[in-house]
Amino acid sequence: MIEQTLSVSAIKEGSVIDHIKAGAALHIIRLLKFAENGQRVTVGLNLKSRSMGLKDLIKIENCFLTPIQAAQIAIFAPKATVNVIEDYKVAKKFPVQMPEAIRGILSCPNLRCVTHSESIPTLFTVEENHRSVLLRCRFCEKTFPLAGNEDPGP
Amino acid sequence: MQALSQSFKDSDLISIADLSRDELEGIVQAARQLKENPQPDLLKGALLATCFFEPSTRTRLSFEAAMLRAGGSVIGFSDAASTSSKKGESLSDTIRVAGSYADLVVIRHPLEGSARAAADATPKPVINAGDGANQHPTQTLVDLYSIFETQGRLDSLHVAMAGDLKFGRTVHSLSQALAHFGARLYFVSPDSLALPDSALHELKKKGIKFSYHKTLEEVLPKIDILYMTRIQKERFSDPGEFQNPCLLKKRHLEAAKPNMKVFHPLPRVDEIEGSIDASPHAYYFEQAANGVIVRMALMGLLLGKL
Repeated sequence: MIEQTLSVSAIKEGSVIDHIKAGAALHIIRLLKFAENGQRVTVGLNLKSRSMGLKDLIKIENCFLTPIQAAQIAIFAPKATVNVIEDYKVAKKFPVQMPEAIRGILSCPNLRCVTHSESIPTLFTVEENHRSVLLRCRFCEKTFPLAGNEDPGP
Repeated sequence: MQALSQSFKDSDLISIADLSRDELEGIVQAARQLKENPQPDLLKGALLATCFFEPSTRTRLSFEAAMLRAGGSVIGFSDAASTSSKKGESLSDTIRVAGSYADLVVIRHPLEGSARAAADATPKPVINAGDGANQHPTQTLVDLYSIFETQGRLDSLHVAMAGDLKFGRTVHSLSQALAHFGARLYFVSPDSLALPDSALHELKKKGIKFSYHKTLEEVLPKIDILYMTRIQKERFSDPGEFQNPCLLKKRHLEAAKPNMKVFHPLPRVDEIEGSIDASPHAYYFEQAANGVIVRMALMGLLLGKL
C-alpha cells in the first residue's frame, strides 16, 4: 500500500479517488472535466492492488467532490472510494454510491435512439441487483448492462 | 372511475410500461361503455394533430376516424417528406408548434424514443402511435379491449403469441400488459425469432408463467387467444429457403376451444389461411375495427371528457 501511494505524489489539500477499476481513470477525468480548469491532477494507472489486482487512482489538488460528482464516479468505478485530504492527512473517507439516474453523461448505445439525432440530454435509470447494474434509457426503453467503459458522449 | 379520469387528464401515452393495471382496465372499460353508448359529440370542438413521420394505414386512419366520429377535427401530415424536418427542423420544434395549434398530438416516428422526446416538447397530451421498434401502446390497448370483448375478462387467460417474437413490438407490449393480469403465455416461433432476453427478464420479474413451442399444434388445444404476427422473410439470409413454421391452417382450428379467437395486428401476408376469415375463431378484422373505439376512449380520457 505504501509503495503504491508513494508512486504518485502526496497532496496537501484535495481529493484522492482510490480503488478505481483499472482503465477507468481517464474516463472519470474526462467525465468530470478535472483537467479543464487548471487543477493539478495526478493519475496512477494499473497500480497493484491486493483486492482488485490492478487499479487506477486520481489525485486532484484543492478540489473537494460534491455528492453528485461522487455518484457520477460510481458509474465508471462502482468500488471507488473518495479520500478527502486536509493538511496531507485523510480527513474523511467514503465509498461512492451509484446514482438512481444518470442524466446527460452517457450516450445511448442504441443507435436507433432519438437521443442521437435530437439535442436532448440522455437519461438512464439505474437498476441494481446482486449480480449487475443495468441502465434503462428513458427514451428508447432499452436496457444495457453497465460495463464501466461506456461512452461519456461529446 | 372519477379518480382514474383525473389521472389521465392532460397526460401522455408513450409506453405500455407507464400504465398500471387499474389504468389499463380503466381504458378498456371506457371503450366498452363508449361502444355500448356512443357519444357523437364527445370530442366536439377538439382538434387533433396527427404527426406521422412515416406512413401507416390503419393507425392514422383509426385515430382520424375516432376524432371525426366523436365530433372533433383533424390536422396533420402523413410522411416526413412534407414537413420541415426535411429542412433540418428538430422533432422537438415540429411538435412544439403542432402542440400550439392542436389540443392533442399523435406521433409516429421511425426513431425509438421519439414519442417521449415529443412529449417533453409540448404541454399538450401526446400519444405514441409507434416509435420505431420500441412501443405502439394504442395497438396493445386495442388488443386488450378485443381480448376483453371476446373472453369477458382479462384475468388468467391462456394466450399464445406466434411468428416474429423478436422484432415484433406488438408482442413485447402485449406481453407486458398481460403480465398485469396473470396470463399464461405460450411463445411459438423459429429459434432465431424468439422473444428477446430483456422481454423474458421482465416476465420473470413479474412471475408470469410461459413456455416455448415450435408448432401451433402444440398449443392450440390449451389457449383462449392466438396472437399471430407476420414474419418478414428479409430477416433471413436466404429468404427463398425459409419455411415459416407459424402458418395457421383451417385444420388446426379443429383442436381449438370454442372460445378461442385468432388475433393479428395486420397487415397479414400468408400466415393465416384465407379460408379462416369466415371461421367463428377469426377476430382480426373486428380487432382492427376496435381501433376506432379504443382510440376514441383514450382521447376522451386524455382530454378530460370521460
